[in-house]
Amino acid sequence: MASPAKMKPNQESPANLELFYRQMVQIRAFETRCNTVYRTGKAGGYLHVYIGMEATAVGWLNSLKLGWDYVITAYRDHAQPMLMGSDPVKLMAEIMGRKDGYSQGKGGSMHLYDIEKGFFGGWGIVGGHTPLGAGLAFGSKYKGEDRVTLNFLGDGAANAGVFFETLNMAALWDLPCIFIIENNEFAMGTRLEYHAADTELAKRGIPFGIKSERLDGMDVLQVRQDAKRIIDWVRKNQKPYLVEIMNYRFSGHGAADNDRQLYRTKEEEEEAQLRDPIARMEKYLLKNNVMTEEKMEAIREEYEEWADDVLEKADASPHPDPSEVYDNVYSDMEPEKGH
Amino acid sequence: MPTTNLTYREAVRACIIEEMDADQNVFVMGEDIGRYQGTFRVTQGLFDKYGPKRIIDTPIVEPGFTGIAIGAAMTGLRPIVEMMTMSFSILALDQIINHAAKIHYMTGGQAKVPLVVRGPGGAANQLSAQHSHSMEGWYAHTPGLKVVAPATAEDAYGMLRTAIHDDNPVIFTENPGLYGVKSDIELGTGFSVPFGKCRVAREGKDVSLIAYSRMVSVCEKAAEELEANGISCEVIDVRSLLPLDTETIFASVAKTNRAVVVYEDWKSGSFGAEIAARIGEECFDDLDAPVGRVGGLNVPMPYSRVLELQCIPNENDVIAAVQKLG
Ligand SMILES: Cc1ncc(C[n+]2csc(CCOP(=O)(O)OP(=O)(O)O)c2C)c(N)n1
Ligand SMILES: [Mg+2]
Repeated sequence: MASPAKMKPNQESPANLELFYRQMVQIRAFETRCNTVYRTGKAGGYLHVYIGMEATAVGWLNSLKLGWDYVITAYRDHAQPMLMGSDPVKLMAEIMGRKDGYSQGKGGSMHLYDIEKGFFGGWGIVGGHTPLGAGLAFGSKYKGEDRVTLNFLGDGAANAGVFFETLNMAALWDLPCIFIIENNEFAMGTRLEYHAADTELAKRGIPFGIKSERLDGMDVLQVRQDAKRIIDWVRKNQKPYLVEIMNYRFSGHGAADNDRQLYRTKEEEEEAQLRDPIARMEKYLLKNNVMTEEKMEAIREEYEEWADDVLEKADASPHPDPSEVYDNVYSDMEPEKGH
Repeated sequence: MPTTNLTYREAVRACIIEEMDADQNVFVMGEDIGRYQGTFRVTQGLFDKYGPKRIIDTPIVEPGFTGIAIGAAMTGLRPIVEMMTMSFSILALDQIINHAAKIHYMTGGQAKVPLVVRGPGGAANQLSAQHSHSMEGWYAHTPGLKVVAPATAEDAYGMLRTAIHDDNPVIFTENPGLYGVKSDIELGTGFSVPFGKCRVAREGKDVSLIAYSRMVSVCEKAAEELEANGISCEVIDVRSLLPLDTETIFASVAKTNRAVVVYEDWKSGSFGAEIAARIGEECFDDLDAPVGRVGGLNVPMPYSRVLELQCIPNENDVIAAVQKLG
């Protein structure tokens, strides 16, 4: 396993620094609204927010060629399309099961897709999407394109047999796919050490000869540097890469998980809060005179208002019409109808 | 023995506890069933009571742990595998259908697989396309498996005992909408409900409504409304799909001369279609109308609550199907 790259002096422009901060604040505001939407019964099913993990997606997705590269993830999928330029109102409308959502209310929170932008979802079966992500890389390589695919998965998903099968083929066929294991220390209510025989998940690439690293996921600037370096390498070399990103989810597994005390202590949560990627960035911005406290306060308020507005607009979207239930089962015919 | 009023979820748990106390070879395996107390809280308290040797939290790898349970069963253990939802058992279909179901036959009876695979099956509330499957039809298609789908807490309690005692692989499906329904149950007596026996949930004379799992209560509601309109429905709770008690079903049809089969699964190619075909084959002379069917819409389950409710059969759909028989 290559050792994590040394922290280089930061090369981000002030505009980028502000952008990363804004995006993390924006995601958190959006996700906080999603929890509210769920609690007030305007969303149902399973809904999983990204609070605490923002730096990972912000660092990685800003390092892609947006509109060209591909991204796929599991059901914790609100942040990624937002960062790829999807319309937040359409995302929220989908989360609320409305007609103006990306899938006209058919998918919901776990199944967001914006294929035109290169966001391929949005999947509910743990590990199930990991070969699909390698397949996206297969497709671009086959066509001679230089796209890179980011294939996000959780620590729990890293145990799936299909993931190992996928790693083998990705290495065997040199697929330009970056497997990003987001190790947030829990698979639902099961701690890492109860589900993984070796908790250093980055090692899973090694048997297949895939370059593999364990990296920090709470410092957005570090994530960004690592992401740029690795994406450039994969684009150039057209081979897979595996990273284990150490992050943490501050909220429950899903909006329905009200029992965090069953798998972690208050103290542990408080300690994790000290690693909060947003607070950490704020400290950095202050210390380096990039932004004043007042400016950051104003940005936070701006996104609170923005999120309220998104919610209001999404809520104005109607529910799908019952006649739409048969749409899109097939691309060219309708299924048999009726009970 | 005094009776206790238990929910379906508590009834399943009570049976597991009694069987684990009675037989050291019984253990439970599944995702988040121990320390996290089970997603639907069916296994609540079991980890504290029995510890990690017998209440085993697994990684999220249904094919792997189901296969391990099958292997353990071949050594004489009696595993109960909890699927967090039956939709995830799709990943383990190879182990269940292509391994467990064949073992007794392929070994010429040398090896037995006393395995129970249980968990919530069917739609809940906006779980969308990948989490809402009714799997019982896939399993009931497979020789070598037994498949049950109890509709009441009492049957869940009694049929789980039969499942655990059975030397064959048993699929035990629990509709998530049933976990809160209650029955009075006599605990500690070894009460069991045999497989292959329907339950007559309601007697009637004009039409037989044939269902299992949560659709039994939908039929009961429809029956009540139809009663008010002068149509008397008999409701047959099939509860055991494989083996299937055709005798009770045919006797009911012989009495009412009309049948509607009701199920939540996709309408086409489902187990309900099998029941309808059997009635068609065997009861032709008894029937005054073609056998009716009410099934789930033939679409992947949509997320929107409006669309989801449209997909799942309700009492109005049943009433309409009965009225269509004329
Ligand atoms: C095959 C399968 N089994 C079980 C589940 C239920 N489930 C959903 S998420 C989850 C935990 C996954 O944890 P991890 O991969 O670490 O991702 P995280 O939620 O932490 O982002 C489980 C068990 C599922 N969706 N799919
Ligand atoms: Mg995790």
